[in-house]
Amino acid sequence: MADVLFKALADPTRRTILDELAEKSGQTLFEICSRLSTRHRLGISRQAVSQHLAVLEAAGLVETRREGRCKFHDLNTAPLRRITERWPTPDTPDTPEPEKSTP
Amino acid sequence: MKIHLTSVFVDDQAKAERFYTEVLGFVKKHDVPVGGKDRWLTVVSSEEPDGTELLLEPAGHPAVAAYRDALVEDGIPLAQFAVDDVKAEYRRLRGLGVQFTQEPVEMGPVTTAVFDDTCGNLIQIATEAR
Repeated sequence: MADVLFKALADPTRRTILDELAEKSGQTLFEICSRLSTRHRLGISRQAVSQHLAVLEAAGLVETRREGRCKFHDLNTAPLRRITERWPTPDTPDTPEPEKSTP
Repeated sequence: MKIHLTSVFVDDQAKAERFYTEVLGFVKKHDVPVGGKDRWLTVVSSEEPDGTELLLEPAGHPAVAAYRDALVEDGIPLAQFAVDDVKAEYRRLRGLGVQFTQEPVEMGPVTTAVFDDTCGNLIQIATEAR
């Protein structure tokens, strides 16, 4: 499982796809391709983007759902937690605790 | 050579006529019976009555469904219309119940959005940055 996750993250185009899905989850293949070409000047084919999405989906970082006749891609960052759980940051006393809200 | 006419396939011409005129605001230009229930039905922009006509073509050919389904699944629009302000048009159309598959996004020099025309197609609207 870890291998597919690290493989998915190892490619800059796939990280850019995750950046764009983090900005707005729920995109069609067309929207993802448009964002990559116009905002990042990545001249890659729709087929190549589709393959990148398949790798991200295998790693659990992207989920797809059908709504009507369209297919949408959502970001799922849950698999990333396994990385921080594997190499947890040691507790640093300098880091302030998040403030508790008072009712 | 000029681009005089282009077309989209529509599931139901009567429904398409209503959507393209009443919702989108185009104006009917030609409406001629061509056999059976089919019509030669075209609309133009009210801003350009002599501009490019859009033919709302019956989707009866058996190849149409497979072609359109595959494009719609991937969110690919079949036509693009220019608007003065995509975000304003998005709000106006949303208010009329139109479903969008892509909300307005700045795509480099243009802002685009994609909606469902209720007749089987996705349509992109775009505004070029001035």
